[in-house]
Amino acid sequence: MQADLGKNYFELFNLPVSFDVDPVELATRYRELQRRIHPDRYASASEPERRLSLQLTAQVNAALQTLKDPVARARYLLGLQGVDTGEDTDTAMDKAFLMEQMELREGLTKARQETDRQPHLADLRQQVDEQFESRSALLRTCFSTHSESALRQARNLVREMQFLQKLAHEVEELE
Amino acid sequence: MALLQISEPGQSTAPHERRLAVGIDLGTTNSLVATVRSGIADTLPDKQGRHLLPSVVHYRQDAEPEVGDAALEAAADDPLNTIASVKRLMGRGVEDIKRLGNLLPYEFSPGASAMPRINTAAGERSPVEVSAEILKSLKHRAEATLGDMLTGAVITVPAYFDDAQRQATKDAARLAGMNVLRLLNEPTAAAVAYGLDRAAEGVFAIYDLGGGTFDISILRLNRGVFEVLATAGDSALGGDDMDHAIADWMWRAAGMNEHADHKLQRRLLRDARAAKQALTDAQSVPVQVLRPDGSFWHGTLARTTLEQLVDPLIDRTIAPTRRALKDAGLKAHDIQEVVMVGGATRMPRVREKVETFFARTPLTSIDPDKVVAIGAAIQADILAGNKPDNEMLLLDVTPLSLGLEIMGGMVEKIIPRNSTIPTVRAQEFTTYKDGQTALLIHVLQGERELVSDCRSLARFELRGFPPMVAGAARIRVTFQVDADGLLSVAAREQGTGVEATIVVKPSYGLTDSEIEQMLRDSITHAGEDNEARNLREQQVDADRILEAVRTALNADGDKYLDRDEHAAIDTALAALHSARAGTDVAAIKQAAAVVDQVTQAFATRRMDASVRTALAGHRLEEFKG
Repeated sequence: MQADLGKNYFELFNLPVSFDVDPVELATRYRELQRRIHPDRYASASEPERRLSLQLTAQVNAALQTLKDPVARARYLLGLQGVDTGEDTDTAMDKAFLMEQMELREGLTKARQETDRQPHLADLRQQVDEQFESRSALLRTCFSTHSESALRQARNLVREMQFLQKLAHEVEELE
Repeated sequence: MALLQISEPGQSTAPHERRLAVGIDLGTTNSLVATVRSGIADTLPDKQGRHLLPSVVHYRQDAEPEVGDAALEAAADDPLNTIASVKRLMGRGVEDIKRLGNLLPYEFSPGASAMPRINTAAGERSPVEVSAEILKSLKHRAEATLGDMLTGAVITVPAYFDDAQRQATKDAARLAGMNVLRLLNEPTAAAVAYGLDRAAEGVFAIYDLGGGTFDISILRLNRGVFEVLATAGDSALGGDDMDHAIADWMWRAAGMNEHADHKLQRRLLRDARAAKQALTDAQSVPVQVLRPDGSFWHGTLARTTLEQLVDPLIDRTIAPTRRALKDAGLKAHDIQEVVMVGGATRMPRVREKVETFFARTPLTSIDPDKVVAIGAAIQADILAGNKPDNEMLLLDVTPLSLGLEIMGGMVEKIIPRNSTIPTVRAQEFTTYKDGQTALLIHVLQGERELVSDCRSLARFELRGFPPMVAGAARIRVTFQVDADGLLSVAAREQGTGVEATIVVKPSYGLTDSEIEQMLRDSITHAGEDNEARNLREQQVDADRILEAVRTALNADGDKYLDRDEHAAIDTALAALHSARAGTDVAAIKQAAAVVDQVTQAFATRRMDASVRTALAGHRLEEFKG
């Protein structure tokens, strides 16, 4: 009977299962859902309704976190298609990508030693953002072509974007 | 079109009867209770007209404990039996308390228990029991003023309180016989009190410097929905620390080196606080210190000296403020309004520093001592169902990351800090050794990577799955945080379905059976007729269920129920109604459980319909576009 609890994250928001998610639309639907289902709306309701409201709202909150972030969303989409991105278990990465990453990381180490870090960090930030955006665009193409090879490429892209996200976070910490 | 319903004789409940609900600010130094009457939220005074109840409990050998001003008066003469600032001990272990050092002039029981117990004339008391006395006192005040039993209460906690501290607060409420509608974060309550929900849109900062805790929260308001974007703070920083800094200065100025004894220390702190308060208006105040030999030192405390003493403490609030802004992805100038909460924000120096940091004048029009209780009362009124058309919604977050221990003493985060609650997250783990048939799940809270740097919340074992080679088992661990910010953890081996679930109970918290024992003890001690009270509580509970289900039936009964289902629910309601009219507590409980059971499918259909309604409008908008 608990149909909603078995839905995937896209279905919860009544959105098509797709990499393209309009952030404004997502936020609006999120707010509308919260207005209707949040436990505060059921504080004086019967016990079964309170319990369902809690479970469903928890799902919706988790779903939002996943859908609003492109990397988490892509990883989730791959998971729905049975592809595990395996960031923890599979550490093999593209050589060229690793070289690029090492350069960026060296840049970060240098920036750390500079007295005036800001221009270096801004420069690094721009490089990381560009690499991230180009992969994000590629990812969109991959998800619109339904083939085995496209899925494999999407998997690699997600793994690389995860690296870039971490790096962006470290740059942010220094800013 | 729904048919008009005719209720059985004697079954109708007054449809617009207001449910009595209160907001409680359970503070470190003072506590307050507030409620909404005739549309206005205000704090309730005691018979002497005092709104603030000092959060102090005085235990006596053969009498009920004194709470509030009476207890405060006893503090100087009987310091060891007078417990103040107990909020600092909530959810804390014996080790944590040692670190607080001489800030707490009590004797702790040396027992083996990890939960601290204070030696008092009335026996050992846990911080949860002490807090329950304060809550009971406020409950009595509210019930005496409002003339009936309370349906429920919203109790506020610092946004930065961890799971153990929240659980301890909820336990205290249970011990005081209160139905907790919600634990609400103090800054969110303050934003509600200022009616910021009536503003169109914007980002607000709530700067809350109370007696013992500092909180900073960044909230975004968007069409009636408050989202807490980030929160940070220091759960051991507040006005009390300022009093201690001033007291230390006075003690040294009086030429003393060794620590003051309990009695002198109390006196010193009381005088330090008075001097601090006087300096809100004056530029300097005379101070005196009673030395152990009975002689007095007389001197002057200037506002500039006070500023030197408290500046390092105020400056400690700036780092969490920066962190919260950063987590929210904002800069200080993005903040539209700054709300000041907590008695310590009366100090001109605090206002000055906050104004400088945000480059805007903070809001101070509501009494900073009352603002949290008032906001809690407004929210309690809504949660009790007295304002069905209210559009305001508060979306709060977890203040600290939640995770579990993995190999090498590291913490794997499952729910990152500032996740909107309630939330649920699951992650799969595997075994480390061949033939492993059990797994220890160690639940932690905190931002650091090492287990030793985080707060241990609970440990439990998942055992009984068959031996497999290392890495073959797939153990799915699910963390769920409810709307009060309380965590429960479940673990399941996916292949075999072996499961274990716990509601996280910190090792230095109270077990359910301990709470029940305490409830029984308090019943035998208290003078009132507790059997009657227990019955009355069950009846209030039954009324709540009857009304909730009837309201739901009136709204949607014909839409989602067939004739048989409707009849089954009607039968269960009638049974609960007649049980409620009797005096058998167990029978009422039993009948209530039956109502829960027969309304489950109905609840699910209503919830599904709510989801469809929420999303339906959007498909229409898409067509328009």
